[in-house]
Amino acid sequence: MGAGIAKLVAQRFALGVLLLLAVSVVIFVGTNILPGDVAQSILGQSATPQAVANLRESLGLNQPTYVRYFEWLGGILHGNLGTALSNGQPIGPELLSRLGNTLFLAFWAALVAVPLSIILGLIAVRHRNGFIDNLISASTLAAISLPEFFIGYLLIYFVAVRLGWFTSVATVYQNMPFLDRMNAIALPAATLTLVVLAQMMRMTRAAILNVMQSAYVETAELKGLSRFKIILRHAFPNAIAPIINVIMLSLAYMVVGVVVIEVIFVYPGMGQYMVDHVAKRDIPVVQDCGLIFAAVYITLNMLADIFSILSNPRLRHPK
Amino acid sequence: MADTLLDVKNLRIEATVYPPDEPAHDITIVDDVSFSLEKGKVLGLIGESGAGKSTIGLSPMAYGRGGVRITGGKVMLNGRDILKERTRGVRRLRGKEVCYVAQSAAAAFNPAHKLMDQVIEATVRHGSAGKDEAKKRAVDLFRRLGLPEPERFGNRYPHQVSGGQLQRAMTAMALCSRPDLIIFDEPTTALDVTTQIDVLAAIKDAIRDTGVAALYITHDLAVVAQVSDDILVLRHGKKVEHGTARQIIEDPQEQYTRDLVSVRSITHEEKKPGDSPILSVKNITAAYGKGPAAVPVLKDVSVDITAGQTLAVVGESGSGKSTLARVITGLLPPREGEITFDGRPLARRLGSRSRDDLRELQMIYQMADTAMNPRHTVRTIIGRPLEFYFNMRGKERDARVQELMDEIELGNGFLDRYPAELSGGQKQRICIARALAAKPKLIICDEVTSALDPLVADGILKLLLNLQKIENVAYLFITHDIATVRAIADSIAVMYRGEVVRYGTKSEVLSPPFDDYTDLLLASVPEMKIGWLEEALKRRSMESAGN
Repeated sequence: MGAGIAKLVAQRFALGVLLLLAVSVVIFVGTNILPGDVAQSILGQSATPQAVANLRESLGLNQPTYVRYFEWLGGILHGNLGTALSNGQPIGPELLSRLGNTLFLAFWAALVAVPLSIILGLIAVRHRNGFIDNLISASTLAAISLPEFFIGYLLIYFVAVRLGWFTSVATVYQNMPFLDRMNAIALPAATLTLVVLAQMMRMTRAAILNVMQSAYVETAELKGLSRFKIILRHAFPNAIAPIINVIMLSLAYMVVGVVVIEVIFVYPGMGQYMVDHVAKRDIPVVQDCGLIFAAVYITLNMLADIFSILSNPRLRHPK
Repeated sequence: MADTLLDVKNLRIEATVYPPDEPAHDITIVDDVSFSLEKGKVLGLIGESGAGKSTIGLSPMAYGRGGVRITGGKVMLNGRDILKERTRGVRRLRGKEVCYVAQSAAAAFNPAHKLMDQVIEATVRHGSAGKDEAKKRAVDLFRRLGLPEPERFGNRYPHQVSGGQLQRAMTAMALCSRPDLIIFDEPTTALDVTTQIDVLAAIKDAIRDTGVAALYITHDLAVVAQVSDDILVLRHGKKVEHGTARQIIEDPQEQYTRDLVSVRSITHEEKKPGDSPILSVKNITAAYGKGPAAVPVLKDVSVDITAGQTLAVVGESGSGKSTLARVITGLLPPREGEITFDGRPLARRLGSRSRDDLRELQMIYQMADTAMNPRHTVRTIIGRPLEFYFNMRGKERDARVQELMDEIELGNGFLDRYPAELSGGQKQRICIARALAAKPKLIICDEVTSALDPLVADGILKLLLNLQKIENVAYLFITHDIATVRAIADSIAVMYRGEVVRYGTKSEVLSPPFDDYTDLLLASVPEMKIGWLEEALKRRSMESAGN
């Protein structure tokens, strides 16, 4: 591997860090210009002005914005996520366990969804415009067209209630046995999979079909290779960059976009945690959650870029 | 007849076309073509684009590009009709009995895999040899085809080797599974002449040494005459003439064949350069990129063009000839040097040039296809510069458009057509008319005939010469083709690796004594005679022995 590729990867990485810093500013400023006052909302409408002023003082809200920003950022860099306003507890441990739950769910959903969508995409290309291709396209499109809460309720009704295979309430707790935990997340993971399957499958199909026009695919065909071997060996490696991109977008969605699914299945993930605290005007929690979501998003996109660079043989093997 | 390998009888090939305004219908691409090929022999298939030569060439592999399908006739290979084979049978035949060498090896190799894996793939897949045995064969073929470091060549990726090397690697790929028949589809067309001669020799040796039979497809009669035993001349999907190579070259029977043989016979008396050049390029140095990473492409280039005359800039790909055009047009500001146009200095950047500068310096491109807006009619395309530069409107503009159409020898019926409804030669004529509409003093012609069939290219060159007489316009004619240079130039600049290595009037440049590069360039241009390749190679080896 050349120095050129190391430099490209380093650039992406630096860009990711820079972007995250910028996002932290946006989150902080954004939450600060929200209407309403935290002290006011904690104490309620009937609070005396003196009480509100005292609380503002003790929360440090009277300091200039930039000082509070750097204190917040400095705290996070030291692993201190601050204190929740609503219950006075440190945010760190609670957020960590919620993040763990979210990642656990996303991990198992991705483990099913990514290989499944790629295999379906390959099969669709193999039988292009045939019955199987249309069937795959139609069913995945139907899945993506239905709202996710609807898919969730359908699964609950048929799989949990009628068939009784899995539980419909995905509550997990600490020290839960692994198999129970898997049982609990089966339905939310299935819902997530159905929601993201179509995009990844269709992008795989489109990217490979695009490459199937190339002269080297004709070369492979004139070597007498079977159609599936041509797709797998000659088309797929050259179609990988756009596929990686859509996979990473889907993974990001599984982490940051699952609020609705968490609510339906009563799953204690990050999304629910954040939404709860938006309702309580617990700004520090919202800020921390926002930053973590942004970090996940930026990291996954950065990984997509880096994998795309690594998948290019011209960059991997310079002249 | 015992050693007949391939016997094609009454082949008929059709395709479905989907024209924009009409319902889809079938057209005949190949009509009633028959030929046969004995083991170890080479048959040249020759014709211009659209003659159906590639389509016929792929028939022994039972393969049709796009929607093309074989609808009649027989293709007998090794005694059996392969058109009756099912998918499995066809797959067993492809890559084992018949192999294919494509025109652009650069596109035909998969960028994601090492060369060796691709070269031995068919051999291993069909069980002709184990992996190690196949690798041994491949290394041996690399050596025979004159590839550098044959032991390690296969470890490279396609983008790591040159175009000529890729073309040889593709030949090795075809030979590796020891087929009975190889189809060479324009294998040297995309190469520079100096590279073409080596690849041609390598292919010819390989055919002779292995005793494989071949179909050699090309539009260049001079090339096919070097490698073929027999030649089949095709036009519009039909057979024109079929004979031995010698008979076709030396004693063609049909008028069309005679035209092909005598192509590139335009003669042009050179004019002496005048004292005051219309364009003077002085000590131009140019590079792509910025700072220390910049790639120098032009080094101290100086040339002059006299008004109403043609300067041909000739060189192989990467010699910097198109970059010179970019510098003159202002698309790439030079690092050093200056350009004088019609007595006044020309701004380095396109953006700082006056409208007259722009108008008097026009360009015509290699790909007429991409140089025109596909959604404009011919009338709009030619009328646009008239509106833009001369503010012509309505009847005045239409009359001038009509005049230009007459000058480029296209009639009235073309004015409301779209580019897609024109042939390649017609498109290039429209581009010429568009350039002329601006009343330029200099037209830069960048490989304007390279994408055209020889006879059509001849027509364009004649037209350009004719227009030069009428309009007194100067040409900067960029080409890699010596025959074109002979046909059109008054002066010649030979470029090599960013430098002008030889410069003068046509007779000076094309007369000995030559510098090494010009000598090599001239000696590499295929001539329309049997045995030229051997003579050229012998001359070259004698020279290198003498040095």
